[in-house]
Amino acid sequence: MTPVMALGLSLIAGTVVFYLLGYPPLQSLYAFFISPISDLYGVCELLVKASPLAMIAVGLSMGFRANVWNIGAEGQLTVGALFGSALVIYFPESNNILMLPAMLILGILGGMAWASIPAFLKTRFNTNEILTSLLLVYVAILLLSTLVHGPWRDPAGYNFPQSVLFQNVAILPVIVPGTRLHLGTIFALLAILTGWILISRTLAGFQVRVSGMAPQAARYTGVRSNLMIWCVLLGAGGLAGLAGIIEITGLIGQVQPIISPGYGFSAIIVAFLGRLHPVGILFASLVLALSYLGGEFVQIKLGLPLGIAGVFQGMLLFFLLSCDILIHYRIEIRKTSISGSARST
Amino acid sequence: MSSPLLELQGVTKAFPGVLANDSVNISIPEGQIHALLGENGAGKSTLVKIIYGYYAADEGDMYWMGNSISVTSPAHARQIGIGMVFQHFSLFDALSVRDNIELAISSKEGGDGLSQKIHEVSNTYGLGLDPERDVFSLSVGERQRVEIVRCLLQSPKLLIMDEPTSVLTPQEADNLFKVLNQLADEGCAILYISHKLEEIKELCHHATILRQGKVVAECDPTKESTRSLAEMMIGRSLDPPAYELKKTGETKFFVQNLSRTAEDERSISLKNISFDVREGEIFGIAGVAGNGQTELMEMLAGEVLADDNAAISINGVECGKRSIRERRELGAAIVPEERLGHGAVGSMSLIENVFLSGHQRFNLARKLWMNYSNARTFAQKTCDDFDVRHAGIHVDAGSLSGGNLQKFLIGREILQEPLVMLASQPTWGVDAGSQLAIHKALLDLAANGTAVLVISQDLDELLELCNRIAVMFAGSLSEPYPVSSLTAEKIGLLMGGAHPEAA
Repeated sequence: MTPVMALGLSLIAGTVVFYLLGYPPLQSLYAFFISPISDLYGVCELLVKASPLAMIAVGLSMGFRANVWNIGAEGQLTVGALFGSALVIYFPESNNILMLPAMLILGILGGMAWASIPAFLKTRFNTNEILTSLLLVYVAILLLSTLVHGPWRDPAGYNFPQSVLFQNVAILPVIVPGTRLHLGTIFALLAILTGWILISRTLAGFQVRVSGMAPQAARYTGVRSNLMIWCVLLGAGGLAGLAGIIEITGLIGQVQPIISPGYGFSAIIVAFLGRLHPVGILFASLVLALSYLGGEFVQIKLGLPLGIAGVFQGMLLFFLLSCDILIHYRIEIRKTSISGSARST
Repeated sequence: MSSPLLELQGVTKAFPGVLANDSVNISIPEGQIHALLGENGAGKSTLVKIIYGYYAADEGDMYWMGNSISVTSPAHARQIGIGMVFQHFSLFDALSVRDNIELAISSKEGGDGLSQKIHEVSNTYGLGLDPERDVFSLSVGERQRVEIVRCLLQSPKLLIMDEPTSVLTPQEADNLFKVLNQLADEGCAILYISHKLEEIKELCHHATILRQGKVVAECDPTKESTRSLAEMMIGRSLDPPAYELKKTGETKFFVQNLSRTAEDERSISLKNISFDVREGEIFGIAGVAGNGQTELMEMLAGEVLADDNAAISINGVECGKRSIRERRELGAAIVPEERLGHGAVGSMSLIENVFLSGHQRFNLARKLWMNYSNARTFAQKTCDDFDVRHAGIHVDAGSLSGGNLQKFLIGREILQEPLVMLASQPTWGVDAGSQLAIHKALLDLAANGTAVLVISQDLDELLELCNRIAVMFAGSLSEPYPVSSLTAEKIGLLMGGAHPEAA
């Protein structure tokens, strides 16, 4: 219920924002939410953007359920993309058909490697994973920047900070001709399905849920909490890394200074909007993908700043969290400051 | 005759699905120690929360010194002279006694003036509190005194006490009774909630008995027997289990020189703890809460591992370094002290809660998969065999009353046919009917040859159940004594740290 309410409130607030910026609100809303998906190409674009969001969010949601707050998926995505790309950059002539699968696997390993740093620090030194995973995002982006501006730059590329264009064996096949919808979407669906089965049907999923709801009960049932932290961080990192290498091999076709428009961060919103449930995440990823698409559309059609997509995403998370709080708690205004705890309703 | 201090007429309060209080009438004159008795879920807490202004009653009237009044908040209650000492203390560990008191009372006066007052009140009632000490360094009994002084500083006319002796040694409880009697002599009325019928007989002038939200009886507890009080409470006659001392067999659970260093100043170090529990025996560990029982239980269960593998053996297999799962496989069953959040997850269904400890021995998980149909059968069997009253096995565990949830947890463990049963506070805060059922289940279990360990603060329980009892104090465990050689007095002294020779 809350996600729908938050969506409604964001739309209302969005209308006000459009109006205050001096644009016709209804027309702008139409351009933002309807026009982008009014044809097949648009729908496929939506899926292209929803896929990495859903894939990352499924991984993150496992961690969030177990009270492991990995907010560094953007960095794990970036390093995954770099690991996978390294193969094609160091073997540019290869035509081996195993190239693509190997790249995808390397992408997963790259994401895991990056996530293993906060996992190690948390299990060994009890470091806060929120900080470490977030800070590693910036390290990863600088690493990407160093590579594309330096050793990985295409020598024949007129000094642009880009790598060589990948050969065909390193490109994910398109599944709907005439669009950009690629095989990555299938991977995303598989991730959702696997996540769903894992959380509802397996002992491991049960342990993840218990860890989040009652840490003591988790110890009672025999969950090793350090192992749990490693598993959820590596799982989320692997999925983020896979999403990263899929962006490269499915859409971009080379390494560029910017790989993702912040999918790793938006996926946090997707996970919460989807109530940390894989099926919810499926729908939430479509909503967030639409905010990216719509942002581009209103920029092109109405000349609105691109930041409007970020504004919508921010409002969505803000309203979601405030609805959650206000549904469970009541604001009480007291005349004098007296001791006593707030009452929940 | 003047009007009573507090009078409730027809107080009714409904929660979704439950009528917590149903036209309750109570009248408390000045200076009376008035007992409020009832099983868990009988509506005692709701009633005192209405009096203390936490809840508003749906219907009914409240009269305070003859005038109709509606208490709007706890602060309002304190203002008109109602104080309450909760079962769970609300103190900040890191602050001093004075700071804690200063935070809670809306007094402008702080610092030395307040310290002076705390001294006065504390001396008047023989409470012996030092306002400058930090709360974390106080014993549980002393913490309770901080709460009491906090109430007394506001010179209440009515003091509500929610199960105050559940955390005290018998001697500490005696001291508390002296304070309460002194207060009553000065005209302060006391509303006293407890499960312990003996102490109600000893302390209280009048008792109101609640059952399913209604007042079912009022009596003078000094003229009743504990048995008749209990029967009024649960509404049927009690059949105490026929109990005879069984012959015990070989050692199934063996603990030798188990030690643990405290991680911080709030936990207790365990010092060379050794004991053994034999087949068919119930072994009791008594002691005031906070003397290392929690730390011990964690290690016995395997939630915290020992440094020495030989420190703990189950059925002859050394397992001090083995996980809780491996210990279950060796035949251990574990009932932790905390029901919700430890032994059960409140927001999960009963079906899912059987997985917590039962998934190994009940074939609930085939390799990695959860087998929900087996779990359902098992949850249903637990509820049927152990008379767990519930609204369906798919309801959240948190919606069960304390007694029913505890029966569920005990049942879940017993149905696993353990060789060794480790139970901590098995009847803590549980109503008399469930308590009796749990005691019977544990006795039956031992009679079938299981080695049973019960850690409890309830001496009557231990004396009734156990073959041998040892007492825990400051992280050490006394010699075990056969129950026939023990009295509550003697255990009480051991609980206070006295040496057995002195006892």
